[in-house]
Amino acid sequence: MRLRLYERPLVTSAELVANHKHEGIGASVQRVGAKRLVQGQARYCDDIEMARMVHVCFLRSPYAHARIASIDTKVARAMPGVVSVLTGADLRAHCEPFLGILSHLPGMVSAPQWPLALQTARWQGEPVVMIAAQTRALAEDALALVEVDWKPLEPVVDPEAALAQDATAIHPELEKANLAYEARVDRGDFAGEVARSGLCLSLNISTTRVTAVTLEPRGLVADWDNGREELTVWMGTQVPHMMQSVLAKHLRISENRVRVVGMETGGSFGLKIHAYPDEFAAVMLSRLLGRPVKFIADRLESFSSDVHARAHNARVEIAVSPDHRIQAFGVDGLLGIGAYSKHPRGSVNEVRHVVNLLGAPYQFAALHAHVRVAFQNKTPYGMYRGVGHPIVCLLTEMAVECAARKLKVDPVEFRFKNYRADSDYPAELLSGTKLEALSHEACLRQLVSLMDYPALRKAQAQALADGRYQGIGFATFVENSNHGSATYGRGGAPIAANDGCTVCLQVDGTVLCNSGVTDTGQGTETALTQIVAHTLDLPLSAVRMQLGDTAAAPVSGGNWGSRGTGIAGEAALQASLALKDEVLRCASVLWDVPQGRISLHGGHLVDSIGGQSLGSLAQLCQAAYVRPDLFKSCPIPQFAVTRFYAQREYDGGIYTNGVQASLVEVDIRTGCVSLLKHWIVDDCGVVINPALADEQLRGAIVQGIGQALLEGCLYDDQGQLMNATMAEYLTPMAGEMPDICVGHVVTPTRSSELGAKGVAEAGITGAIAAVVNAVNDALFPLNGQVTDLPVTPDRILKAIGVIH
Amino acid sequence: MKAAHFKYVLAQSLEHCLELLSEHGDEARLLAGGQSLLPSLALRLSAPALLIDINRVQEISAQPQVTSSVVRLPALTRHADLITSPVVQAYLPLLHRAAPWIAHPGIRNRGTIGGSLALGDPASELPACAVAAGATLILQSKSGGSRRVPARSFYQGMFRNTCGADEMIVAVEFARIDGKQTGFKEVARRRGDYAMVGLAGQARRSGQRLTDVGLSFFAVGDYPVLEAEICQAIEAADTAAQAVTLALDVYEREMQPSADLWCSSQAKKYIGRSVLEDVIHDLFQ
Amino acid sequence: MTYFNDLGPGTGLNIELQLNGQPVRAQVSVRQNLGDFLRESQGFKGTHIGCEHGVCGACTVRVDGRAVRSCLSLAVQADAAQVFTIEGLSDDPVVRVLQDSFVRCHAMQCGFCTAGMVLTAAELLQARPEPSRAEVREYLSGNYCRCTGYESIVNAVMDAAQTLRKALSD
Repeated sequence: MRLRLYERPLVTSAELVANHKHEGIGASVQRVGAKRLVQGQARYCDDIEMARMVHVCFLRSPYAHARIASIDTKVARAMPGVVSVLTGADLRAHCEPFLGILSHLPGMVSAPQWPLALQTARWQGEPVVMIAAQTRALAEDALALVEVDWKPLEPVVDPEAALAQDATAIHPELEKANLAYEARVDRGDFAGEVARSGLCLSLNISTTRVTAVTLEPRGLVADWDNGREELTVWMGTQVPHMMQSVLAKHLRISENRVRVVGMETGGSFGLKIHAYPDEFAAVMLSRLLGRPVKFIADRLESFSSDVHARAHNARVEIAVSPDHRIQAFGVDGLLGIGAYSKHPRGSVNEVRHVVNLLGAPYQFAALHAHVRVAFQNKTPYGMYRGVGHPIVCLLTEMAVECAARKLKVDPVEFRFKNYRADSDYPAELLSGTKLEALSHEACLRQLVSLMDYPALRKAQAQALADGRYQGIGFATFVENSNHGSATYGRGGAPIAANDGCTVCLQVDGTVLCNSGVTDTGQGTETALTQIVAHTLDLPLSAVRMQLGDTAAAPVSGGNWGSRGTGIAGEAALQASLALKDEVLRCASVLWDVPQGRISLHGGHLVDSIGGQSLGSLAQLCQAAYVRPDLFKSCPIPQFAVTRFYAQREYDGGIYTNGVQASLVEVDIRTGCVSLLKHWIVDDCGVVINPALADEQLRGAIVQGIGQALLEGCLYDDQGQLMNATMAEYLTPMAGEMPDICVGHVVTPTRSSELGAKGVAEAGITGAIAAVVNAVNDALFPLNGQVTDLPVTPDRILKAIGVIH
Repeated sequence: MKAAHFKYVLAQSLEHCLELLSEHGDEARLLAGGQSLLPSLALRLSAPALLIDINRVQEISAQPQVTSSVVRLPALTRHADLITSPVVQAYLPLLHRAAPWIAHPGIRNRGTIGGSLALGDPASELPACAVAAGATLILQSKSGGSRRVPARSFYQGMFRNTCGADEMIVAVEFARIDGKQTGFKEVARRRGDYAMVGLAGQARRSGQRLTDVGLSFFAVGDYPVLEAEICQAIEAADTAAQAVTLALDVYEREMQPSADLWCSSQAKKYIGRSVLEDVIHDLFQ
Repeated sequence: MTYFNDLGPGTGLNIELQLNGQPVRAQVSVRQNLGDFLRESQGFKGTHIGCEHGVCGACTVRVDGRAVRSCLSLAVQADAAQVFTIEGLSDDPVVRVLQDSFVRCHAMQCGFCTAGMVLTAAELLQARPEPSRAEVREYLSGNYCRCTGYESIVNAVMDAAQTLRKALSD
C-alpha cells in the first residue's frame, strides 16, 4: 500500500536543478506582486471601505503658540452628516499621554503630549478639535463652523533664541526651560591638536527642516469591536508591533486584543514609524463610537503635522597636520525639534549620530562634540530616512573637502591618506562607537574607476577654459543598520530588537510565511521570499511571505534603520533552515533512507545515491499532515517553525559604508545647478536582490539631492509655515535628476549567517554631502562657497559675490 | 481638502453664459480648464456661490481662425493645442514656444488661454506673451455687448484686470505677422514650475534693426507690463550686442522685481539680466 | 435652466459616461472631484490621491483620450465623456506594454505614483514613438515619485518604446 502511494518519480537530480530557475539569494528577480502595482490592484489604507465608517478631520491651530480660551462646537455638531465633534478635554480621560524620551539618554526631557491640545497649542498645525462625519467633505464643512477663542502667545521659533536666558518656556514645568537634551564628548587633546595643526578651519553649516512628503499621506482605519472589546487598526506603517504596543499602552488595552495590520504603503521613509496624536485621537474615536473610523491626512495638514527633520546649525572644525593628516574633528551643534519630542523614539537621534560618527571614516586623535537640542513652537521632529547620518556625513565631508581644497590636495588622495584602513577593523571610534568592518578604501577605489575620475577632472578643466563651471564632489558615508538594543530598547521604548519569522508548510507542499516587518516599497517581501525559497530550494512562486499583521506574525521591530533585510531576513533564514532539517528528518523516516543522503531540490526530496527523487515535498507534506501514522516510530512532524533573531554582537548596530560622487554644472548667470551624473559604491554585505538594492540606493540618493538643492520648510518669524503645498515645497522631479551609476563592495557581516547589512538609507546619507561638495568645487575658482542648505540660486549668487 | 458647497450650472451657449453672468456676476466663477480654480476651491481659498461651466459653449471652443491680418484664438483653446496646432506653429510662434513651459501635460490638456489670460497669474506665461505680442482680448457681456481690450491695458494689478463682473473673455486676437522674430526664456529650477524669471518677446525685422518690439517679463511683478523703455532701446540698436547694452542700461535703472518665497529680488534682477540678453539675441536671429 | 445643489448624500446631478468601457449612470455631488468620484462612487481605487491641488500627478486618468488630473476636474464634467482609469486599460496595447516594462525595469517601489506615470507615459508614446531620455524626463516632469528617483521609470518608458517599435516593424 505504502509503496504505491509514494512511488518514486523518474526524475534525476540533475534535471531537477536544470528545471528550477535560480531565484534565490543574489538574484535580481522582479518584485513579488509587481503586477498588482502596475494594474492598480494594490490596496492602500484609503482604499478600505467599511460599513458605518466615519471620516475625521481636525481643526488645527493656526498659531504657533496660543492659549485656547474656549471652544464652541455647537453649530458644527448640528451640521449635516456630522457624527461627533470632540476636544482635548473630551479625550483626556480615555488615554495615557505620550512622552517621547529615551531613559538611557541622560538629561533628555519632554512634556506629556495628549492627542488633542488642551489649554495651549504649541505649533501651527497641532490638532485641537476632531470632527467626524459621513464624508470628509461634510466633516470639513463642519470644521469651518467650529469657533475657537485663541489667545495668541509670543512664539519661540529660533532654536538659539529658545535657549536664551529670557526665552519663554514652551513647557513651563520642565526644569531646563527649552533645553530638551545636551550631549558632550571630548576625547584626546583637541586644543593641542588645533595648536599643532598646519591647517585648522571651521565651517558654519546650516540645514533647513525637511519632511518626507510621501506620496501617500499618513492615515489609518480603526475599528473597535464592542463585542470582543478588541481593536483592529489598518495603517500604512513600518512598525506594526510597535504600534500595537503603543496603542495598547495608551488606550489601556492588553496587546493581545490589539491587532495592527500593516497595509501596502505609498512610501514611508521613516514618516510612518511615529505615534501621531491625530491618529491616536481617530483610534480613540472608534472605541467611543463603536464604529470604524478613517483618518487620512490631506496634503495641507501633512505638511504641518508630519514629522519634520534635519534642521541643524553646526560649527564644524577640522585640524590637519602639516603632512596632511587629519588630527581632530570638532562640532558645536544646535537642533530645534519642535514642540514635543516625538513618541516613542524621541527626537534627538540626529544629534546622537553627529556625536557618534563625526569623522567616522578617518583616523584622528582628538574629538570635540557638543550638541544641544531645543524645543520650539514648530512641528515636532522625527525620523526621516537616514536620520542624523546624512548630517554627520555632511559636516564631516564638507570639512574634509574644504580642507583638501585649501591644502591644494586632490580630495580623493586626501581621503586615501586619512581613511582608517580597511584592514583596521573591528574598530572603536573616539566617540565609543564600535564598527564591525568598513571598507572605505575598497569603495573609493571602485568609485574612482567607475567614474573615470581623471577624465572628469580633465573635462572640468576644459569646461572652465570655456567659461563653464563644473564641479565634482565626494562623500564618504557611514550608515547604521541591523540595530541591537542600544538604540531604543535600553531607553525603554517598546521597539523590538528581536524579530521572529514563522515558516510553515501547507498540505500541498507550498510555503506560507509570516514576518512582522512591512514593505513600504523597498521590496522587503521579495527579499524575504528569496531567502526562504533559496534555503528550501523552491521557486519563488512556491513561497508566500505575509508581512506586517500582528495577529499572524511573531513580534518584530519592524522596518527602520535599514534593519529589514538584515534582521528579519536572518530570522527567515533561521526558520527556513530549521524547517528544512525537520523536512529531511521526516523524509528519512517516510522513505526509510538515512537523513544524510537526502537533499531538498526543486520541490523534491532527492537521494544522493542514484540521484533519484524519493518523492515530492507535496507528497511528504500530505503524509505528514493526513497520515501521521506513517511516522509512528519517531516524533510527530513539526512542519511550522518560528525562529527569532536579534543582533547582539554590536548593540549599537552593524554599520555600513560607501562613497558617493556627484558631477554638477553651475550656471553662474542664474545660480541654477545641473546634475550631470551621480555615482555610488555601497557596501551592505551580502546583497539579496541586487536590482532592488540598487533601486533603493537610487531613490534615496534623489531624496538627498532634494535636501541639498531644493527642499526646505520655510517659516516666518511667527512660526507660520509658508510653503505648505507641493508647488512651494520643492521636491525632486524627473526633469532634473541625473542617471545614477551603482557599484558594490561586499563585506558580509559576521553577526548573522545571512551576512546581509542594510541598504535602505545609504543613498540619502552620502548624497547631500556629495552634491554640496560638487557645487562648492564648481564655485571654487570664483572663491565661492555655500554652507547653508538648500543650496538655492540665491545662495550661489551670493557666494560668488554677484548679489548681496 | 474638499471644496465647500457651490451651485453648478452647465452653460449651453454663449448667450446662456452671458445671461448667467449678468444675473450672478460677482458671486459666480467661470469654470474653463479649472486647473487653477479647482485647487483654490480645494484649499478653500475661494468659495464662489456658483460655478458656470463653459466647457460645452460651442462659440468659444472653435478652431483658431486665420485671416490675412489676424489670428483669432477662441477662449477655450487648450494649452496643449498651442503645441500641436499647425496654425499656431505657423502664425503664432511665440505662443508655440511658450506653451511647452506651461506646467505639465495633464494640465495643458485642460487649461485654456481664456482662463489663463483672465486669471493673469503674474508668474504665468500666456499673459506675458499676450502683452509682448500686443494681442487684443475680445470681451463680451449681456449689458455691454462685445468690446476689444488691448492686452497691454487689460491688466491693472495683481489678479486685477478690466474685465467686468458680468463680462467674459471669448477670444484673443493676435496680429498675424509672417516672419516675426520671437524670443522666449523661462528660468525655473524644475521643469513646469512657476518661473523664477521669465521673458516673452516679439519683434519685426526692418533691415538690420528691429521694430514693433514687444517685451514682457513674468514672475517679477504683480502683473505683466510692456517694458516700453527697454523695447525702445532695442529698436534704436543696429546690432544684437548694442541692443543688449542699451537694454541692460534701462533694465538696471528700472527693474524692481518682487521676491517670491524662494528667490530674492536681487537674485531675480540678476537672473533677469541674462534672460533679457538671451531673448534679445533670439529676436535678432 | 436648472441649478443643482449638493445638500448631502442622495442629492446631486445625474451624469452618464463611459467608464472603463462600460456605460455608467450616477448621481454626483456637484462639488465632488473626478478622482473622488472614481474611487468612492465607482470603486476604482487604482487612481490615487496624492495632493488634491494638481501638482503630484498621481491622480491622472484618461478623459476623452487625454491624460487629465482627476483632482482638477469635477465629476459632473465627466458627463458624456469617455473615461479610463488604470484598471480599464489593460487591453490598451501601449499601456500593456508599459506595464510589462515597468515590471521588468523595476520602475515602481511603493506603487502609489505608478498609475499616473503609466497613463502620462502612454500619452507621450502615442505622440512620440521614439522619445529621447530627456524627452521622457520632460514629459514625466509633473509626476511625483518619492521612491525610485525616476531613472528606472525612464528606463521602463524607453524599454516600452522599443518594444512597441519592434512590434510595429514585425
